[in-house]
Amino acid sequence: MQPKSYSIFGGHGSKSGIEHAAEVIFTICGFFAVLAVASISIYMLTSGTPALLKVGILDILFGSVWKPDAAVPSFGILYVILTSIVGTALAILIGVPIGVMTSVFLAEVAPQKLADIVRPAVELLAGIPSVIYGLLGILILNPVMYDLELKIFKGSPTHQFTGGANLISAVLVLALMILPTVINISETALRSVPQHFRSASLALGATKIQTIFHVVIPAAKSGIITAIVLGTGRAIGEAMAISLVSGSSVNFPLPFHSVRFLTTAIVSEMSYASGLHKQVLFTIGLVLFVFIMMINVILNSLLKKGADKNDK
Amino acid sequence: MKKNLMKILAAAGMAVLTMGALAGCGNSTTETTAAGTKAAETTAGTTQTTTAAATTTAKAAAELKGSISMVGSTSMEKLATALSEVFMEKYPGVTVQAEFVGSGAGIEAVTNGAADIGNASRNLKDEEKSKGIVENIVAIDGIAVVTDPSNKVENLTKDQLIAIYNGTTTSWKDLGGADQPIVVIGRESGSGTRSAFEELLKLEDKCKYSNELDSTGAVMAKVASTPGSIGYVSLDVLDKTVKTLKLENTDPTPENIKAGSYFLSRPFVMATKGDISKQNDNVKALFDYIHSDEGKELVKSVGLIPAN
Repeated sequence: MQPKSYSIFGGHGSKSGIEHAAEVIFTICGFFAVLAVASISIYMLTSGTPALLKVGILDILFGSVWKPDAAVPSFGILYVILTSIVGTALAILIGVPIGVMTSVFLAEVAPQKLADIVRPAVELLAGIPSVIYGLLGILILNPVMYDLELKIFKGSPTHQFTGGANLISAVLVLALMILPTVINISETALRSVPQHFRSASLALGATKIQTIFHVVIPAAKSGIITAIVLGTGRAIGEAMAISLVSGSSVNFPLPFHSVRFLTTAIVSEMSYASGLHKQVLFTIGLVLFVFIMMINVILNSLLKKGADKNDK
Repeated sequence: MKKNLMKILAAAGMAVLTMGALAGCGNSTTETTAAGTKAAETTAGTTQTTTAAATTTAKAAAELKGSISMVGSTSMEKLATALSEVFMEKYPGVTVQAEFVGSGAGIEAVTNGAADIGNASRNLKDEEKSKGIVENIVAIDGIAVVTDPSNKVENLTKDQLIAIYNGTTTSWKDLGGADQPIVVIGRESGSGTRSAFEELLKLEDKCKYSNELDSTGAVMAKVASTPGSIGYVSLDVLDKTVKTLKLENTDPTPENIKAGSYFLSRPFVMATKGDISKQNDNVKALFDYIHSDEGKELVKSVGLIPAN
């Protein structure tokens, strides 16, 4: 009896056809992303630059007065840019340690039963729409912040009370929002560290915690940096949640000031803006776009350097 | 056979890996570009809603042909745009051209015959009326000042309101209320409510807001939930979650506004040279439409009070 033969290639007749079709489909898919990035880049450049030239690059980027509807309009977005930088940096500063620690807990420390509770929770966190974070911020964070504000600035003649809509609220919401990204990617990185690294370290007499901090985390460095890059991208690009909690007034980014981010600057005024005002909003979009590109390029090159070192 | 099975498994594994890698790439690009496209989406969204409103009221066309030119107030842009869209839908033979250059320029245009209708977001001056311009009030724009429900202050004078919004008065104590800081809430620049509010109080770009929210609903929610806050909204959204203040001892009711005793309001005038009855058929049809029930609904839909 002839044994049946199985082949992943199937019949010879259709082989070349299928191969060819698959190749074409994959190529189209690949170029779709390229096309999207290229067309968005071109669109942002063409719609963002006219206002830059009309108002003046320095006036837009380094002006601190945002009065787009005044008789003599002024389009300075310095405070908006600073807010985005400071806000994102603080969110990373808070979110990344918590995220990395959580991933260490999940990958190294947690007993199976506990990990089974924490991991789905983290995954659910990633699935919650950003507007829900914003609503929770309004309902829970803002009142708490307002109480704090009332205590700290009691009787202050110069402080403008914001009702709790301030930079801290926005930063806390952002920190919470980047957690799932950071946790999931760092956990994968930690898990991919070979078991014999840990065994070697433990055999040399290191404690479990020493092993984690001196062996496992350094070995998973490139994965953790990826997590930070994606977290930064999420934080700087978030609009909906923080537009609800940050107060949206253009101010210098101090903790208890109501602030406006690059994203919320576009969202909040786009609906009624017209003429030059609208063009400037596109310019803000361009600035945001350049920011995200820069973060990606810089951090990716850092990442590559780190990875090269690890390979040696 | 076992070997073959392994082969199949390996191939499947490879496929999954490739898919994963592809999906990974896709994700990162969409994330970075989402912010960029959002802006475009928002604009698309607004135009869509206006056209949707236009189609619902569309009816059979009358036999009118020609064009109507409308020049004037930027504050009336929302009303004029909505009106011209719906009107053109109803009378496909007529084109309505609306320009928004300011009330004064609008009246000037209708005076020297450059436009059929001059839009003004204020009452006409006597010298304008003396040139034969007729004041046709088509709608009234009213703004209510609201605070959180627990606020004890009932009434504000015009000067007190100005002092709150330009940052001179910072505590409710100075206004007879509790010893509580005032949280000044307003709308984003570009908002019609904001420009009307600042114009009526002569506070153009002098307001010191602690919150600039981008919708009436957001202002209502924020005011309702923040003790010591004050905000302004258009009349049609008032409800029990906030406390509506009297201004100069007058409630912001449509009756008071029509009587002119509530100062935070202004008429929207569509001025014509001579009475409406002396205008051409197109303009007459436009005014007939505004004064019809359908027109009144349109006026209400952009947050205004119909004139009569």
